[in-house]
Amino acid sequence: MAKLIVKSGGLFTTIQDLGRYGYQKYGIPPSGAMDGFALQVSNLLVGNKRNESALEITSAGFSAIFEGECEIAITGADLSATLNGKMMMPWQSFHIQDGDILKFEKIKSGFRAYLSVSGGFDIPKILGSKSTYVRAKIGGHYGRKLRNGDEIALKSKNLLVFHGTKIPSHMIPTYSNHVRVVLGPESDRFSKTEIEKFFSSTYRLTAQSDRMGYRLNGPTLRAKDGKHDILSNGMIIGAIQVPPDGNPIVMMSDHPTVGGYVKISTVISADIPSLAQLKPGDKLSFEHVTLGEARKAYLHMQKTLDLLETHIKKKPKVFFIKIGEKLYKVKVRAR
Amino acid sequence: MRKQFECVPYGDTAVLVNFTNKIDPKVNSAVHSFSAVISNEKIEGIVETIPAYSSLTIIYDPKLIDFSTIVEKLNKLHTQCGKQTSHFSSIKIPILYGGEYGPDLHFVAKYHHISIEEVIKIHASAEYLVYMIGFTPGFAYLGGMSEKIATPRLESPRKSVPAGSVGIGDKQTGIYSIESPGGWRIIGRTPLELFNTKKDPPTLLKPGDKVRFVPISKKEYEQQLKKWQN
Repeated sequence: MAKLIVKSGGLFTTIQDLGRYGYQKYGIPPSGAMDGFALQVSNLLVGNKRNESALEITSAGFSAIFEGECEIAITGADLSATLNGKMMMPWQSFHIQDGDILKFEKIKSGFRAYLSVSGGFDIPKILGSKSTYVRAKIGGHYGRKLRNGDEIALKSKNLLVFHGTKIPSHMIPTYSNHVRVVLGPESDRFSKTEIEKFFSSTYRLTAQSDRMGYRLNGPTLRAKDGKHDILSNGMIIGAIQVPPDGNPIVMMSDHPTVGGYVKISTVISADIPSLAQLKPGDKLSFEHVTLGEARKAYLHMQKTLDLLETHIKKKPKVFFIKIGEKLYKVKVRAR
Repeated sequence: MRKQFECVPYGDTAVLVNFTNKIDPKVNSAVHSFSAVISNEKIEGIVETIPAYSSLTIIYDPKLIDFSTIVEKLNKLHTQCGKQTSHFSSIKIPILYGGEYGPDLHFVAKYHHISIEEVIKIHASAEYLVYMIGFTPGFAYLGGMSEKIATPRLESPRKSVPAGSVGIGDKQTGIYSIESPGGWRIIGRTPLELFNTKKDPPTLLKPGDKVRFVPISKKEYEQQLKKWQN
């Protein structure tokens, strides 16, 4: 059975899929890949289901060695990945052989890369998902981030399929540090002047930014009458809370399920991948769109994924078939 | 007072339904009943709900349904429900008060100039409502505590509070389901297992459940703890 052996865990590497839904009423956040678009594409590139588990690699420093054969793809951030010292392009799939060494050398652009392996990781689902939620030690590899020496088994496959695919360059997302929001649910707790200040200002991600939320630094925002507390209500990814100190906090995948501060607006779901690719110190600004525009952007993202899936399925596939001790390479094209 | 029911957009993937804006068992029960009604309806596109004190967050998939369609459905369901009684559990929570399991029990008694026995009697004689679950997986916020034992939180939270700890935070009482930091005054601990990811639902207490505390001895505490740990 093929496996991945971690040589260096890097800053923060966890196993994530598209998240754990249905348990927020019990206090369990959705978790899942911060950049859900990149995760789905990396899975499609190696012939997996979109929701399969992959590694979410934060910043440079992660390295691993493979035991056995498989196919991999890297998407999301460009962390200058190398395979046995040779540059690897992101957003395409690679054939991995026994003993291959994968390294993420340095940040070129973005912050979180996704590594999918054909078949996915052979770990159990916890409450319907393989996503890691470190704070409660749920899911992934023993509920924690990966460390040096960890061994993760890949789901064994009798037939190894090599897709050797890359996605058309126009479909590679351009991540932006200017994200779109819709007003609500508590925008009316801010005066017009404060709302305008929020949209005309540039913020920076502080060092206290992680999978739970991004703490921003910039012009502070004051709610009407200085009342920032509300009766705690549900939280969602992208919600922008403003606590009494006036510094906004954007909720991310591991957010608490309820919160008690006013929310000035909410980042639209199509722009969450852009947020995922920001690192502490990066600039961030906000733009207001309507709910209709937000939905259009979301549907466009879904359509891109559908097109990619069709594109990848149409490509000829190379099968490696082992009969006895001999390995045969067979190329098959869909009709 | 007019009963409020208002749907507001919350990002492009959620609707926030605001009920009358106060901490009140009647308002909160209405939230849980409405949450149950929505679950039973199995509306295509609705992913999940998060009940809180006086609101319900409804998360949806914008590919399958849009805001105005959901709001239309919600308004219709709201006028239809109301008389429906939902099935929530009544749960007895054994609790060992004081000592090392309830290091702040003494403070609570002193704060109100009453005896420790009095605090226990007041805390264990009420029926509580699980207002919501949050903060950590399974942490239950319970409403219905007598104001006679309402006590401010610690000035600086403890770095680690053991699972099962029962605390008082101002006018509320709550149960720490997993070991976590915490600022509530800890008055006792339950030996029950409150959070287990191998079970579905993974928490012993669910929003809308009724809870009573039953004082137990240290011997009973240890026996009950062994029961699920083995």
